Amino acid sequence: MRPVRFNIHPKEAKIGDAISVAEAPQGYSGEGFFTARLSDVVGLARKNSMWPLPFATSCCGIEFMASMAPHYDIARFGAERVGFSPRQCDLLMVMGTIAKKMGPVLRQVYLQMAEPRWVLAVGACASSGGIFDSYSVLQGIDQIIPVDVYVPGCPPRPEAILDGFMKIQELVGQESIRRRNSEQYKLLMNGYGIE
Amino acid sequence: MALNSEIIQKRLTEKFGEAVFHFEESYGMLSFEASKENNLKVIQFLHDDEELGFRFLTDICAVNYPDQPGRELAVVYHLHNLTANVRVRFKVFTNIAEPDIFTATKLFESANWMERETYDFYGVNFVGHPNLKRILNVDEMDYFPLRKEYPLEDQTRVDKDDEMFGR
Repeated sequence: MRPVRFNIHPKEAKIGDAISVAEAPQGYSGEGFFTARLSDVVGLARKNSMWPLPFATSCCGIEFMASMAPHYDIARFGAERVGFSPRQCDLLMVMGTIAKKMGPVLRQVYLQMAEPRWVLAVGACASSGGIFDSYSVLQGIDQIIPVDVYVPGCPPRPEAILDGFMKIQELVGQESIRRRNSEQYKLLMNGYGIE
Repeated sequence: MALNSEIIQKRLTEKFGEAVFHFEESYGMLSFEASKENNLKVIQFLHDDEELGFRFLTDICAVNYPDQPGRELAVVYHLHNLTANVRVRFKVFTNIAEPDIFTATKLFESANWMERETYDFYGVNFVGHPNLKRILNVDEMDYFPLRKEYPLEDQTRVDKDDEMFGR
């Protein structure tokens, strides 16, 4: 007999713990119908099926790889499908130092994404230039593209990246479907020289 | 007899006399200097001479000495004799106001990118280079970042947000 025996008292699996269902938005329901705000329903669908585009240039990218892998598993949040074409994705995750020479490339990738699109700046370098207070490094990607959520850390742990991702989900879920057509949004884009 | 610093120094002095000077050996590696007009002649001799045979250009770089008036910029050639496994450093100095140096691209094809890099960071103008433009930095840059002309942190820059970084 082995000195240690495993699972001598196996637990019954409770399916309710393993499956989570997104909560229904506020609305009125009756027999055979349910009404709610269109924005809420669209937001619910969007936030639980994000397609992230990883733009990884340094160590934060390694942390992202861990976040993507089974242990931290960003797929739990509906971001199963990591796309590598900007045309298919709606969340640009910038992870790592962006040199000034890389700036136009990043901007091009952002422009190739279709609306609605969100940007997550992961780590000190993407957020502010980080330790690279230098002639060759862009001092934060918000110099060239608008950023929705900043994740601090050098590099941030996968938990922090997941936290940032959940913040993005919050924004996506609450966003009005009219926001991208608003004057304010147009002004923001024009502020970055984007038509 | 194996190639060593004494032989290199003797051969160079035989050929160029006083035109090659400041011989010194640091960390087992000979370095010497010539005027910037003679840089190609010396490199050509080091390359062609049967005994010396420095046929590999390891690196070209520059050094800025702001406190040496008239010799502010040094261009350093690192040469390697692959058969004897001997290396030398060869320096030429130039005035920073007129940093013109003859290009070594006619002798070594590999000098092309090295000289572009040296131009990029120190602004050394390699006369006769086929394509002297920036190689690593953004094309819009209008200064030479590795010259010792700047305070450790540039106080005039606007790309750091003062509100966030508290300057």
